[in-house]
Amino acid sequence: MGWKFTNTAFNDLFAGLTEDYIILAPKRFVNRGRFSDTDLIRYDEVKKSDDIIWKEKSTFSPKEAVFPVTQTLFYFTEEAFREPQPEEKQYLVFLRPCDINGIRRPDTINLKNGPEPDSYYANLRKRVRFVMIECTESFDNCFCVSMKSNITSDYDMAVRLTDDKVLLEIKNDDFLRYIRSDIPKIEFRPEFVLENKIKVNVPEVDEMPAGVYEHEMWNEYKSRCIACGRCNTTCVTCTCHTTNDIFYDDNSLAGERRRTWASCHVDGFTDMAGGISFRKDNGSRMRFKVLHKIYDYRKRFGEHMCVGCGRCDDNCPEYISYSGCINTLNKVIRETVS
Amino acid sequence: MTLDVNTKAVVKNAYRITKHRGKTALRIRIPGGYLKAKHFDLLKEIAEVYGDGIVHLTTRQGFEISGIDYSSIPKVNSLINPLLQDLEIDIGVIIKDTSNGYPSAGTRNIAACIGNRVCPFANYNTTALAQRIEKEIYPNDYHVKVALTGCPNDCIKSRMNDFGIVGMVEPQYDYQRCIGCEACVKNCKSNVTGALSLHKGKVKRDARRCIGCGECILKCPTAAWTRNPVKFYDILIMGRTGKKNPRIAEEFIQWADEDVVIKVIKNTYRFIDEHIDKTLPKEHIGYIVDRTGYQVFRDKALEDIKLNPEARIAKNIQWGGFRYSSDVFMSDKLQ
Ligand code: HEM
Ligand code: SF4
Ligand code: SF4
Ligand code: SF4
Ligand code: SF4
Ligand code: SF4
Repeated sequence: MGWKFTNTAFNDLFAGLTEDYIILAPKRFVNRGRFSDTDLIRYDEVKKSDDIIWKEKSTFSPKEAVFPVTQTLFYFTEEAFREPQPEEKQYLVFLRPCDINGIRRPDTINLKNGPEPDSYYANLRKRVRFVMIECTESFDNCFCVSMKSNITSDYDMAVRLTDDKVLLEIKNDDFLRYIRSDIPKIEFRPEFVLENKIKVNVPEVDEMPAGVYEHEMWNEYKSRCIACGRCNTTCVTCTCHTTNDIFYDDNSLAGERRRTWASCHVDGFTDMAGGISFRKDNGSRMRFKVLHKIYDYRKRFGEHMCVGCGRCDDNCPEYISYSGCINTLNKVIRETVS
Repeated sequence: MTLDVNTKAVVKNAYRITKHRGKTALRIRIPGGYLKAKHFDLLKEIAEVYGDGIVHLTTRQGFEISGIDYSSIPKVNSLINPLLQDLEIDIGVIIKDTSNGYPSAGTRNIAACIGNRVCPFANYNTTALAQRIEKEIYPNDYHVKVALTGCPNDCIKSRMNDFGIVGMVEPQYDYQRCIGCEACVKNCKSNVTGALSLHKGKVKRDARRCIGCGECILKCPTAAWTRNPVKFYDILIMGRTGKKNPRIAEEFIQWADEDVVIKVIKNTYRFIDEHIDKTLPKEHIGYIVDRTGYQVFRDKALEDIKLNPEARIAKNIQWGGFRYSSDVFMSDKLQ
C-alpha cells in the first residue's frame, strides 16, 4: 500500500514517528568534513525529513546504527559486575538497498556465527526498523548490481522522494497508525537500480587456487596502501572489533569491558600474546580483506560479504580501487585455473 | 626633450626608479596571488608593446614589467584599468581615480599560499581573507607586509613578514567514535608537536601543545576528530629581511578569530601614525616597534578590541634573528 505526501505533510509524519522512534539517517555536519570548508555526511539522529541528506552517499555507513563504534558490555568492581541497563528505545533507520543487504552481514556474524548469538548486538538489533530509501540511479563507485545486493524486500517502509512529493510504501502495519487520514492513498512500489557504471566480475570459485595467496598482484599494495583503515571503518559489512578491560583512572579496582571497532588494515590488528603478529606488509592486508569480502565469508555463509556500496573506493586516500582489485583478481584466477 | 620626473609620485604609483636612465618598471598587485588567467593577455601586451618583453615574478606574488619609458606611464596606467577593476575595485577596494594606475605602493601586495581552494592541509580560504584584508588596508603609503598561509607548514613563508596569518583549526574529539588506531597520535608525534597521546585505547590532547594544524583530523579514519567550524588564526608579527636584523616573525596572538585579525592589522596603522619617525623618508613598521618596544605596540594593536575567549596573547616577545652588526642599534653619540 502506498501514500502520497507533500513535503510539509511528510515532515509532519516525522513529528508522530519521533514520539516512538529515534530516527537515524544520513545527516550533514556543516564544515565538519576532513578538509576545511567541506561537510561531513554520516548517520545521526534527525527530527524532520528536511534534515535527511537524500541525494549524497554518506561517508560512513548505517552500520553504526546497529553496531556502535564503542560499546560498553559491562561494568565491574572488585566483587560484582553489571551490564548497562537494557535500552528500550526503538530506532528507525533510513537506508538504501545495498545497506539493508549490508546489515545482514553484521547480523550473520553476530547472531549466527557460533552456538550463541551475541546478546549485546541482539538486544540493540531487535529494536531497529528499516525505511528503505529508493535508489534508482547509482552514485560513483557503486557496484551493488554485481554483488546482487541492489534489491531487497527486508524493510518496514520504503520512500521515494521527488521534487514536490514523497511516496511511501508501508509493509509493516504497525506504521499505519502514523498516517493521517487526509493523506491520499496511491499505488506505489519502489524501484531498484538495475545497472551500475562500475561492473565487477567476482570470481566464481569454490576453492581458491593456492597460488593466488602468493600472487604478485598483491605486491603493489605493499607500498600503495598506507594502512589507514578507512576502507574498513566506512564499510557497512566490516564487523571486527577489539575487546578491552578499562580500569578507571580514579579507582583502578573498578572499570568496564568495552568493545571498539577494529580494522584489518591497521597496525596491531593481528597482535598476539608473545609479541607475534601477522600480515605485517600492507599488501597481505589488502589480500586478506579482499578474499574475506568475496571468498571465505561466502564459503561459510553462502553469500558474499561485500555488497558493493563502494564506500571503500570513495574514501581511500591513496585512490586504491577495491573493485578494480577484484577485477584483477578475477583475471588472475582465470589464468591460474586454465 | 629632457626628462622631468617626479620620482616620489612615480614610486607612489607603483613604478620603480630603475638603474636604466629613462626606463621604469611597473609592479602589478595581485592580492592573495589569485589571478584569472585571462589577464595574462594584458600583461603580455604591456610587456611587449611598452616594456622590454619581460615579466619578472616578484617574491610577493606580483609581476614586475620592466623597460617601460617614463613617458608611457599614462598610457600603461590606462591599460591596466581592467586589472584594477577586477583585482581591487571588485573586491571592495576604494580607488577614486582608476585611470591613473595604482594610488599607492607602500603597503605591499598581500601574499598567500593556495589555501583551502586546493590544498588539503589548509584551514581556511586564504584568497578570501587576502581580499578582505586588502579591502581594509589598501591603498596606504605605510610600509607593511602581510602574508597569509593556510596552515603552520607556512608555504608562503609568512614568518618573513610584518604580519603572518596562519590558519588554525581546533580539533574536536568524539570519544565514542575513536577506535584507538593511533594514526593521529603517531602523526602528531612525528610531524608536529606530539600534543596527542593514547590513554586506555582513546586519545588525549594537550591543548597547550596543540598548534591547531589539523593533521589529526586529516588522519582520523572514523571522523572522531572533526573541525570546530569556527576558524582560528595565529598572528605572527614583525618578521623581516633587510640589512640590519633579519628575523622571523613571532607569535603575537594564537587562536584569534577573523575579526581580531582584521582589527589588529587596522590598529597597527594607527600605531604607525602615532609613532613613525616623520623625519625619515619612510620607516618600516618593524623598526618602529623596535623603538617603542613590544608592550607599546601591543596596547595599541589591541585597543578597543574585544578578543574572542580562545585567544592567547604573548606576554612578551623577544625577537632573535641575525644582526649584521650590533652597532646598528646604537645612537651615533653618547648623549
Ligand atoms: C605464543 C603464545 C600464543 C599464541 C600464538 C596465541 C594465539 C592466539 C590466537 C591466534 C588467538 C585468536 C585471535 C583472534 O581471534 O583474533 C588467540 C586468542 C586468545 N588467546 Fe592466545 N595465544 C597465545 C598465548 C595465550 C596465552 C598465554 C593466553 C592466556 C593465558 C591466551 C589467551 C587467549 C585468549 C583469552 C584469546 C581470546 C579468545 C577469544 O577471543 O575467543 N593466549 N590466541
Ligand atoms: S568492501 Fe567496499 S564496496 Fe564492499 S561493502 Fe565494504 S565498503 Fe562497500
Ligand atoms: S583506505 Fe586505502 S590506504 Fe587506507 S587501509 Fe584501505 S586500502 Fe589502504
Ligand atoms: S601553508 Fe599549508 S595550506 Fe598553505 S599551501 Fe602550504 S600546506 Fe597548504
Ligand atoms: S591539530 Fe596538529 S598539533 Fe594539534 S593535536 Fe592535531 S595534529 Fe597535533
Ligand atoms: S585517528 Fe581517530 S580513531 Fe584513530 S586514534 Fe586518532 S582519534 Fe582515534
